[in-house]
Amino acid sequence: MKEKKILTSDAAAELVKSGDVVMVGGFMGCGSPPEILSSLEKAGTNNLTLVCNDAGWYMPDKGMVNGVAPLVLNKQFSKAITTHIGLNSEMQRQMLSGETDVQLVPQGTLAEKIRSAGCGLGGFLTPTGVGTEVEEGKEVIEHDGKKYLLEYPLKGNVALLHASVADKAGNLLFARSARNFGPLMAMACDLVIVQADKIVEIGELDPEAIITPSIFVDYLVQTVNAEGK
Amino acid sequence: MEYKPNKNVIAKRIAGLLTDGSVVNLGIGLPTLVGNYVPEGVDIILQSENGFIGLGPVPEKDSIDPFLVNAGGSPVTMIDGGCFFDSSMSFGIIRGGHVDYTVLGVLEVDQDGNLANYKIPGKMVPGMGGAMDLTVGSKKVIAATVHFDKKGNSKLMKKCTLPLTAQKEVDILVTDVGYFEIKDGAFILKETFAPYTADFVKENTEANLIVAEDFKQVEIV
Repeated sequence: MKEKKILTSDAAAELVKSGDVVMVGGFMGCGSPPEILSSLEKAGTNNLTLVCNDAGWYMPDKGMVNGVAPLVLNKQFSKAITTHIGLNSEMQRQMLSGETDVQLVPQGTLAEKIRSAGCGLGGFLTPTGVGTEVEEGKEVIEHDGKKYLLEYPLKGNVALLHASVADKAGNLLFARSARNFGPLMAMACDLVIVQADKIVEIGELDPEAIITPSIFVDYLVQTVNAEGK
Repeated sequence: MEYKPNKNVIAKRIAGLLTDGSVVNLGIGLPTLVGNYVPEGVDIILQSENGFIGLGPVPEKDSIDPFLVNAGGSPVTMIDGGCFFDSSMSFGIIRGGHVDYTVLGVLEVDQDGNLANYKIPGKMVPGMGGAMDLTVGSKKVIAATVHFDKKGNSKLMKKCTLPLTAQKEVDILVTDVGYFEIKDGAFILKETFAPYTADFVKENTEANLIVAEDFKQVEIV
């Protein structure tokens, strides 16, 4: 099987272009690729649309800054599609002041929008958000006596993910709760770049244990500082 | 009668409602305390919406695993038999009706079972995270809150004023004063927690309130 190219994190960050829709794996930073994000912060690429579960931790007084938070602080996102920004006061400030267009989406809906894009579906019906602000501007469809919102798929240009182990073909394992949105985003983006803590030879991974198949992955980045979260 | 907020009473009573073998999602904050009071002989499976079942206790400082966090991003552990999955599976479990109880903190809850807990327009916008899916999808939704806000207003409202997290989804409300079911446009008082009485609740509630036929005052110890 063909091997995927292994890039430095700086080279990987250069593949992200201004204006891109960037999907970043992770849940409160757990599952976000720290070294690729750090290079992207350094590159300063802006006018990006962020798709991520949350905006990471931004509580500098407690020494808690992770995930996409430094890029939020750097104003690299002009738009964010996310579920929760409660632990990032800067993202809340940018939303309330109108500096960043933040769209809050229910977490299950965000997951399914991404999954739909990756699975070739035109959308789905969910009961989540019926009778709330989430319903505004959406089609309500009644089926079997129950109301649902019609939600559309969400595609991205680039996915930035963090795997625990990759083989050189790009098959991925994720560490424990760091899996979250990773496998879904890998299917929904044109370009998929994965920071892997360990890269092994093709054939070393148990095919029954692989979580994300290699065909979704374009580039690998070997983690330099494995202690980093 | 003097009111003193007591979050542990709320957590203890909710823990007593959970049935053996049930799948439970506990929200961050007050609901997390429920896990400390599950009675002996009741074996529940905790679901964590960031992607696993089998959520265990908080780890010792020296055994923190940065890749094992709860839905609040804080380090946790997993009990034997637990397993991990992605966010689509996690919310499939939630929306699909495979979670028996979800316990959530609330900003507001009303007699129709409406719930608001994700946004104060213009002031605070934490976002809904998984709360909208959890309230819509779980078999039973248990709202947990202190009985009075900081200004002394009862949290039992006729109608929520904040943007809703979910419409008519709350089944049970447990405060530090009593345990209520929400049904047919009213709070049904099932229990008060000593020293509070049904009269105390009646005097302090503007929303529709019905004292259940099998109402009792109980001692939460």
